[in-house]
Amino acid sequence: MANTSLIQLENNPQIDAAAERLSMSRREFLQFCAALATTLGLPQGADAAVAEAVATKKRPSVIWLHFQECTGCSESILRAEHPTLEKLILDIISLDYHETLFAAAGHQVEAARHAAMRENKGQYILVVEGAIPTRDNGVYCKIGGKTALELLKECAADAAAVIAIGSCASWGGMPSTGPNPTGASSVDKVLGKPVVTIPGCPPNPYNFLTTVVHFLTFGALPAVDHLGRPKFAYSRLIHENCERRAHFDAGRFAMEFGDDGHRKGYCLYKLGCKGPETYANCSVILFGDAGAGTWPVACGHPCIGCTEQGVGFEKPIHAMAKLKNIEPSAFLPRIVEEKGMGASLGSAAVLAAVAGAAAGAGAMVAKNLGLSHQAEEMERAKQEASTSARSEG
Amino acid sequence: MTTRRDFLRGCLAGGAAAAATVVPEVACARDTLQRPPEALGLLYDATLCVGCQACVAACKQVNANPAEFTAVDKLWDTPLDTSGHTFNLIKMYRNGTMETKDAETNGFAFMKTSCMHCADPSCVSACPVSAMTKDPLTGVVGYDADACIGCRYCVAACPFGIPKYQYDSPTGKIGKCELCRHRHKDGHYSACAEVCPTGATLFGRTEDLLAEAKRRLALKPGEWTTMPRGRLAKPGETAEEAARWKGLRNQDYAAQVGAYKQHVYGETEYGGTQVLKLSAVEFEKVGMPNLPPKAAAATSETIQHSLYGGLVMPLAVLAGLTWVAKRNVVHDEDDKQGGQS
Repeated sequence: MANTSLIQLENNPQIDAAAERLSMSRREFLQFCAALATTLGLPQGADAAVAEAVATKKRPSVIWLHFQECTGCSESILRAEHPTLEKLILDIISLDYHETLFAAAGHQVEAARHAAMRENKGQYILVVEGAIPTRDNGVYCKIGGKTALELLKECAADAAAVIAIGSCASWGGMPSTGPNPTGASSVDKVLGKPVVTIPGCPPNPYNFLTTVVHFLTFGALPAVDHLGRPKFAYSRLIHENCERRAHFDAGRFAMEFGDDGHRKGYCLYKLGCKGPETYANCSVILFGDAGAGTWPVACGHPCIGCTEQGVGFEKPIHAMAKLKNIEPSAFLPRIVEEKGMGASLGSAAVLAAVAGAAAGAGAMVAKNLGLSHQAEEMERAKQEASTSARSEG
Repeated sequence: MTTRRDFLRGCLAGGAAAAATVVPEVACARDTLQRPPEALGLLYDATLCVGCQACVAACKQVNANPAEFTAVDKLWDTPLDTSGHTFNLIKMYRNGTMETKDAETNGFAFMKTSCMHCADPSCVSACPVSAMTKDPLTGVVGYDADACIGCRYCVAACPFGIPKYQYDSPTGKIGKCELCRHRHKDGHYSACAEVCPTGATLFGRTEDLLAEAKRRLALKPGEWTTMPRGRLAKPGETAEEAARWKGLRNQDYAAQVGAYKQHVYGETEYGGTQVLKLSAVEFEKVGMPNLPPKAAAATSETIQHSLYGGLVMPLAVLAGLTWVAKRNVVHDEDDKQGGQS
């Protein structure tokens, strides 16, 4: 890691310049960097490294492809607020090709893509939004006369990193649900190699931004799980950090939309919430930068599991989630719980001594019982003998 | 001349003869009692249980029981066993690395611990004052604190260790699950079943629950099936019958069939219990004792009622004692001379 101390960035003109470029105060800029570092779960000091990287490194070139999708992922990214995305895509990264956001059109924009790919060969980041139709040689999606299959393979060949954004690019998502007439497939299947995936419908913009900034700062993509999802965002079940979790544990459930429990904010599990089987950080970082209560579950709708292959767009919304976090709880008692403790050596010794003394005393008493009676008898016999001797005498 | 001694001897002989004629009539065996036809109960399916303990929390709430702490921080209700203030508890079987749920080796499994509401309850049989009662209609084993004398025979009698005494109070009572019978009149059924998110605890008529349990045993493990939650409706239940109970009528959902041991615990144990259990781990390993179909209450009551019927045993013992006493008594005539000295 490069710099680990914010103090070293004191009076650094590059930081001030970067802040100004992003229309932020210096303080806001450093807070933004710290927030990204925190989202990544990086240790203390990483904020300085992120700030330095954002301020000094060359902006990475980003090529953004659209295939079978609704542009919801792009819309989601556009709604990130700190910094506003136009600053981010123009100043932190260099977005060199994006079909929705580009002012140019036609041959002009295709030329821009070729130019960016040539100039940043082996350096640029390829972001793919949408599934790739594979049936009938991919004729179902064409841009500039090229099929999605061709475009993806062409752009991925010289990319430093490939990021699949959204559920469609990650595993096929909604277009790939049965009967899947276009043979919609995912980026990793088409390329035949694992890529970083940011699933979600739409995904949280900060999960994408943080992944990009991680690449910028450390020159490598963040650690991912077996489905290519960055672990900093997709290693926890929504259920584990859900604000309604206490209601689940206490057995308070909304039974129908609009019923008393639903109005009171009870757990949505029985309405089909997929939080217990969906890995994502929605319950932690929320959505849309509008403060608390701005993610589906908080609004009263059960999670549909959009980040989870086999759950989102596949299981009906009302269908019950399979709880993935059934783990042995430390709180539950054993079948037979040992209570109290065995005798200590000291207490056993004391008890043995008392018992021994009692047994000894008992034996002595028993022995003496007969003796005293015998002695009494002998005494009386002696007295009788003396009286009778006296009377005779 | 009839002496006082002769009179007593005659009385005793007569009594013994009378007892001998009475014995064959009273020594009749008592059969194990069976569940009433409309018996209410629970079905606990350990493979559906997720260990959330919502049932434990709900039980405490509706029975106004305080939390019990076993950890030093005193933050959570953590009873180690059922007690005078804990009528329902989820316990956990642990083995090895505890990796897989419902696996016997290197696994873990949950088990609900609460009153089984036996068809022939030992606690009711042992209670000397009828503080423990079995409802003739619902079969709920209830407790009447006003009749209780605090002898705790029920505590010793129960094979499941359920009735527990409140030792922390000078005026302690027995604490046990009464199937939320105090809430039945308001249309509420057992709170543990009301709140269970997965239908692991299901309320209903034991007859229907037994049919449901057998349906699950007949399915293939891993297969998807419809599992009821909350209250299991009686087949062909009318709207009028359903209106007796509050809550949603249909909370069915799709779930996977567990790898059950082919045994419904409580079907025949001690003549049957009204609370039934299904488990993927051997029942003895999850704390459910292996019990014969003949209830202990039937055996003990047969013995007791035979012995005490028509005062047979007291009379027989008195006769025996008298005979021994008579044999050892030295006759007056023998020590007449000594007495004169």
